[in-house]
Amino acid sequence: MVITERSHAAAPRDLAAPAIAIRDLTVAYRETPVLWDIDLDIPAGTLTAIIGPNGAGKSTLIKAALGLVPAAAGSVEIFVRPYDEQRLRVGYVPQRGSVDWDFPTNALDVVLMGTYGRLGWIRRPGRAEREVAMRCLDQVGMADFARRQISQLSGGQQQRVFLARALAQDADLYIMDEPFAGVDATTERAIVDLLRVLQARGKTVVCVHHDLESAPDYFDWLVLLNVRVMAAGPFAETFTPENLARTYGGRISLLSRLAEELEGRA
Amino acid sequence: MSSEIAVPLTGVLVASACALLGNFLILRRMAMMADAISHAILPGLVAGYVLAHGPNLLAGFLGAVLAAAITVTAVQALERTRRVDGGAAIGIVFPAMFALGTVLVTSQFADVHLDADAILFGNIEFVAFDTLTIGERDLGPRSIWVMSALCLINVLFVGLFTKELKLTTFDAGLAAALGFSPVLVHYALMLVLSVTAVGAFSAVGAVLVVALVIVPAATAYLLTERLALMIPLSVAFGAAAALIGYRAAIAWDTSIAGAMVSATGALFGLALLGAPRQGLIARAWRTRRQRATIASQMLAVHLFNHESGPERDEESRVAHLREGLRWSPQRTGLAIAGATRRGWVDRDNGRLVLTARGRQAAEQVVAR
Amino acid sequence: MSGLLRDLLFDYTLRNVALGSALLGIVSGVLGTFALLRRQGLLGDALAHAALPGICLAFLLTGSKAPIVLLLGAGIAGWVGTMLLLLIVRRTLLSEDAALGIVLSTFFGVGVTLLTFINQRGDANQAGLDKYLFGQAAALVARDVITFAILGGAALLLVLLFSKEFTLLTFDPAFASSLGFGTTRLSILLTSLIVVAVVIGLQTVGVVLMAAMLIGPAAAARQWTNRLAPMIALSALFGATAGVSGALLSFTRQGLPTGPTIVLTLTAIVFGSLLFAPARGLVWDRLRQRHRALSGPMPTPVALVESEGSRP
Repeated sequence: MVITERSHAAAPRDLAAPAIAIRDLTVAYRETPVLWDIDLDIPAGTLTAIIGPNGAGKSTLIKAALGLVPAAAGSVEIFVRPYDEQRLRVGYVPQRGSVDWDFPTNALDVVLMGTYGRLGWIRRPGRAEREVAMRCLDQVGMADFARRQISQLSGGQQQRVFLARALAQDADLYIMDEPFAGVDATTERAIVDLLRVLQARGKTVVCVHHDLESAPDYFDWLVLLNVRVMAAGPFAETFTPENLARTYGGRISLLSRLAEELEGRA
Repeated sequence: MSSEIAVPLTGVLVASACALLGNFLILRRMAMMADAISHAILPGLVAGYVLAHGPNLLAGFLGAVLAAAITVTAVQALERTRRVDGGAAIGIVFPAMFALGTVLVTSQFADVHLDADAILFGNIEFVAFDTLTIGERDLGPRSIWVMSALCLINVLFVGLFTKELKLTTFDAGLAAALGFSPVLVHYALMLVLSVTAVGAFSAVGAVLVVALVIVPAATAYLLTERLALMIPLSVAFGAAAALIGYRAAIAWDTSIAGAMVSATGALFGLALLGAPRQGLIARAWRTRRQRATIASQMLAVHLFNHESGPERDEESRVAHLREGLRWSPQRTGLAIAGATRRGWVDRDNGRLVLTARGRQAAEQVVAR
Repeated sequence: MSGLLRDLLFDYTLRNVALGSALLGIVSGVLGTFALLRRQGLLGDALAHAALPGICLAFLLTGSKAPIVLLLGAGIAGWVGTMLLLLIVRRTLLSEDAALGIVLSTFFGVGVTLLTFINQRGDANQAGLDKYLFGQAAALVARDVITFAILGGAALLLVLLFSKEFTLLTFDPAFASSLGFGTTRLSILLTSLIVVAVVIGLQTVGVVLMAAMLIGPAAAARQWTNRLAPMIALSALFGATAGVSGALLSFTRQGLPTGPTIVLTLTAIVFGSLLFAPARGLVWDRLRQRHRALSGPMPTPVALVESEGSRP
């Protein structure tokens, strides 16, 4: 597994700075705020999970970080600069359900789209880009499916194609929207391995996640979100029954079981 | 009957019959089916005339309804193959039917009433001259009889099957569970729509039927969300547009059907601007007020979040609000003024302090 | 057959008609591919209808009947229609298809009113505005074909330049936007190019049949391939084939109008593709089903229960 290395002039100074710094961010859809006054630092080099109930604004938070939805107030900085200046350092994995998988294209072409940002307007991908795309497909164990039409892939394979596309962006920060949603065990394993590899290479990964049970095994930094930030910090310290209860409003039965488990661990 | 009465009366009847059905097409998100059907009846109409050796009303009707049935079935079948989406299915079927109709017209009857203009614009201008006679008796313009009958059919259809239409429109699953077949209701609606389209076709032509079906109902939909109110409103808008259009067409010496449709458009435009809840003006006004409220709320939440931390002094400075929240001075001023007026914040030499009421407001906003 | 070929090459009228129709088929085939994949097939229908008042106003304002002036009016009106469509969809509770129907029919109504108004003044025949309703492919002259070639060539060149961006926009707009490709600007560009196709189509097949020219070739092409570039090429080929063979058919048979004949040829291609295209053809689907039913023994209820039970 090889990830092409690039050096950034600003990299050494950045590493101390947070990968994402959000200040006083409020985001509204149709004049109704869905996120209120978010203040959040996500340290570089972490594997961060953003967890919260349905409608907590998790996807909105990462879309705001990517400049996909406008902020009603506040600011987001990626490695201490506005997102517009840092696009090339960010890889994005949208929700799998957000695209039409019957689109006439194959896995390799989708992964190739990851190189478009670096290519800029009008320039076309060439052999170098195709090689990068192949390597990224290989990294998620999908090299054999490069020429497969995307509707003929399983849900998990489609998710891995999306991950490979983000890898092809060759970024320092990866933002993923529910990468584990509805995938098979093989894919789940593959994604976890990939996250570890990325972290070992000094990358930062931020995932919207919905499964409380698997979260402690996969991530080392946690943001609990419900319209505002309920708690954020190192995973073990933040993943407490009190914080979870505050985030979920005591609404899920799983909480009590988890609480017992946590007590047991402690 | 003179043209001055027959023409506007026909217009009002056509518009009312169309608008009644339009309500359900709008609510079912099937507005473009009206477009498809009104075009697709052409080959049926022409085939009927060919077989009857002349513009025979009944033969035309039967042919047109058959063509409409073929169209509705073909669109559904195409959608079900899942090789194309719904819009594309419509866009494949109706131009083909219309093209077929045009070919039939040019090859079979260069000389009969169905010339090009009549297909697209209808000939409502001449309805007074086409009278219905039984034996020796002149019963007045035929179109009045036909459209009255159609109006009656549609009123009965909508009146008798309100419950079924409503249920299958808003909750097809429940309707099926209760034994009302959504498919049956769908085909019944399409059948009545085709019959109406045939009747209206001769008066206003293929494209303008679409306007009379969709636009008045859409206008009513902007004004109310209650079906019981939407239906009479749509009929009123259709009838009003017919009368306004007639007067305007006479005044400016132009197409009556075109002017009627332009009038439906004008009424829609007025509703789009001025509707009490959905209208653009009301919406802009509401947005402004909402923005002001949200600004004050954001301020309260911001102060609340930083109340207990060590950063409190910094975060509550008025100057910080502009930099931190990225607000314009104007907006900052507005937010502070709003929050002060609501009794949420106090000023304490250059800093803003949350009052007990402000704290409560902030907690309420973020609690869900 | 050789006579027909000779006519195609040397008969002035037929050559222009065939060339014009082929150009329309290519341009609308290419742009229709993107429209179809963005599920905006009927946008072309709305744009074509919305163009009529533009044509009439252009004539009323300038008094000119030069195609380029009228087509410019058509383009502008199509544009205004699109904006209104977006306004209705974004700002009201009305659905997209209602918005399409409203824009299409009311613009056309205004167009008819203006057209009749011009007619009554007694100079419409000189202006020849009527031909935009049904299209008059048979009346295309060399100058029209040159206009088409310039307009269509420019549109195709832009598609070629921005093919990467258009593909991204169509497949995954959020990702496109995260990479810094402005999706609003790209959508506007793509829609403008569709307006160009519509403008060419108005003069050839007319207002009503334009929808078919945008949807048909792309819908047929989609059945033959699972990749975008071949789909675009096939779509252009189908469009051109329909254009040329429609022109030839109406040339050889009396009483076959060109525009409708083109659309009927195209419809035949669409249904042929839906039924017989290699992987996606419905006929093969049906045969496979039957083969499966015949080859294996029919599962008896007992066998079904067992297989259900043995599932992990």
